[in-house]
Amino acid sequence: MTAATIAQGESPSHLRRLLRRAPLHLALGALLFIWLIPTIGVFINSFRSADAITSSGWWTVLTAPSGLNLDNYSQVLSQEDLGSKFLNSLYITIPATIIPTMLAAFTAYAFAWMKFPGRTWLFLVLVALIVIPLQTTFIPIGRMFNNFFGANINGTFLAIWLAHTAYGLPFAIYLLRNFMGSLPREVFESAYIDGASPVTAFFRLALPMSVPAIASLVIFQFVFVWNDLLVALIFIGPNTDNQPLTQALASLVNSYGSGWQYLAAAGFIAMIVPLLVFLSLQRFFVRGISAGSVKG
Amino acid sequence: MDSRIITALEVVLVVPAVLVGYILATERLISLAQGKWRERIRPWLWLTPALVLLTAFLIVPTIQTVWYSFHNKDGTQWRGLDNYAWFLNGPGLASLVNNVLWVVFLTLGTILVGLAVAVLADRVRYESFAKSILFMPMAISGVCAALIWKFMYWYQVPGVPQTGVVNEVLTKAGQNPIPFLIDSDFKIDTFALIFIMIWMWTGFGTVILSASLKSISPELLEAARVDGATEWQVFRKITFPLLAPTIAVVSTTMIITGLKAFDLVYTLTANGSYDTQVIANEMYNQYFNFGQYGRGAAIAVVLLIAIIPVMLFNIRRFQFQEGIR
Repeated sequence: MTAATIAQGESPSHLRRLLRRAPLHLALGALLFIWLIPTIGVFINSFRSADAITSSGWWTVLTAPSGLNLDNYSQVLSQEDLGSKFLNSLYITIPATIIPTMLAAFTAYAFAWMKFPGRTWLFLVLVALIVIPLQTTFIPIGRMFNNFFGANINGTFLAIWLAHTAYGLPFAIYLLRNFMGSLPREVFESAYIDGASPVTAFFRLALPMSVPAIASLVIFQFVFVWNDLLVALIFIGPNTDNQPLTQALASLVNSYGSGWQYLAAAGFIAMIVPLLVFLSLQRFFVRGISAGSVKG
Repeated sequence: MDSRIITALEVVLVVPAVLVGYILATERLISLAQGKWRERIRPWLWLTPALVLLTAFLIVPTIQTVWYSFHNKDGTQWRGLDNYAWFLNGPGLASLVNNVLWVVFLTLGTILVGLAVAVLADRVRYESFAKSILFMPMAISGVCAALIWKFMYWYQVPGVPQTGVVNEVLTKAGQNPIPFLIDSDFKIDTFALIFIMIWMWTGFGTVILSASLKSISPELLEAARVDGATEWQVFRKITFPLLAPTIAVVSTTMIITGLKAFDLVYTLTANGSYDTQVIANEMYNQYFNFGQYGRGAAIAVVLLIAIIPVMLFNIRRFQFQEGIR
């Protein structure tokens, strides 16, 4: 068919079709608009002065753009000390992502490819542990950290690394075990026939073949820890030197008065890392979150 | 250089090295054992680190929390069910009512809107773009969502230019602006918070439901249409029943999310002021602000009991999946 015949054939019916589908596009468009508007508003406000933010809505900028600048960003990083909180978030999140992922990888391999009595039963306990509310562990762990091998580690990175590692493990093992368990049996059987040890089979076969699942898990755990507020409130607590961004930001949102002009900029600084992760690795991110539907 | 950078670097390098070293060392150890014992010991050595952590940080603490819940504020005296009685007669009932609202409306909202978008987006060319936009709030923290919506719900007294979008719309429509985050009439503030959570989680519902929707065979739907079924009948009689298991899965996630709601309440209504308190915030309050271990533990146990049905559902689902494998 040539372009001319398409155009000829389409013009009346195409228009009718477009009209018939207009409600569909309108409904979707309206939803997308509602979903985007809140973030756009904060983004615009992050470039406005305190006076402007409190005296007129951000949408007035769209018709009369003026007074937009980067002052809030430079202020928030220096005065509110959010720069160091940003680093704290990185210090907390990176080890709390790498360690549980590694631990989960060989535990998952044992669950998937080694036979031992009680394997099914033990794994069911693990499935139950995925949804256990963290609240049921705070008080005893807090007391344990008061005297952890002779030292009070409440408020330190060590405390929150340990907590996030343990909290992240059930889901991490679950995800990787399900993936590793679905790898073809023949691969491992032929490796064992060739004399490979389980260690070799794990490092040379299972790990490289599980990269997609590991990527999803790493992203899931990274975003989960980066966005966490509750665990930080409990185990970092009032120790302001070690607080992550979420904690600093929550107290900024809570305090009326002083911090208003910084809020929007601070929010964007906190959002930028998970948003970049989401935009650049969307496929893995969505897969990780979807698999996490058991976690809640 | 900041000593914390060095500590963090050490942890990132040393701990993984230790873990790999551990696995290699176990293989050395196993090689000392006799033939069939090797296969028996190995799995347990591989499992030990994770089992130790899970036992020390999840299983034992949960048992201890149940024990604490029957004791006084610092765990020194047996108090029977006193803490539970206190909870139900004190802040408990209001928190439970709010949590029920959270669970019901969050689940309904995410599934209805999520399903609507999944069905609608299936028919347009910008489907993946639409889903990305909806999914984006999943990437940001509860605190950031709270901050974003604090601007949306911003209230100025009538007569002054409104600075929040929602109140601007209300004012333009001739209504009085509403102080959404402190107005407890008809639980407006709680619903305002729940709506933020729906905003955050709808993309999740959409993505999961959309994947399930695409697995329905188009021939089946076409056959029904050829037989004269209307679009609505096709949806109600074919699509919806086939989606039901997926809806159940999304529901369990949303139920847990609703029960565990904390960040938004902590950040936007000062940890549950103005009648917005929920279980998780009350637990934090008792434990952290008042040092009431017994009461805090009792609240945590209530939360655990509420989650047990979901736990059992997940176990059943897992057994089913393993069964058909």
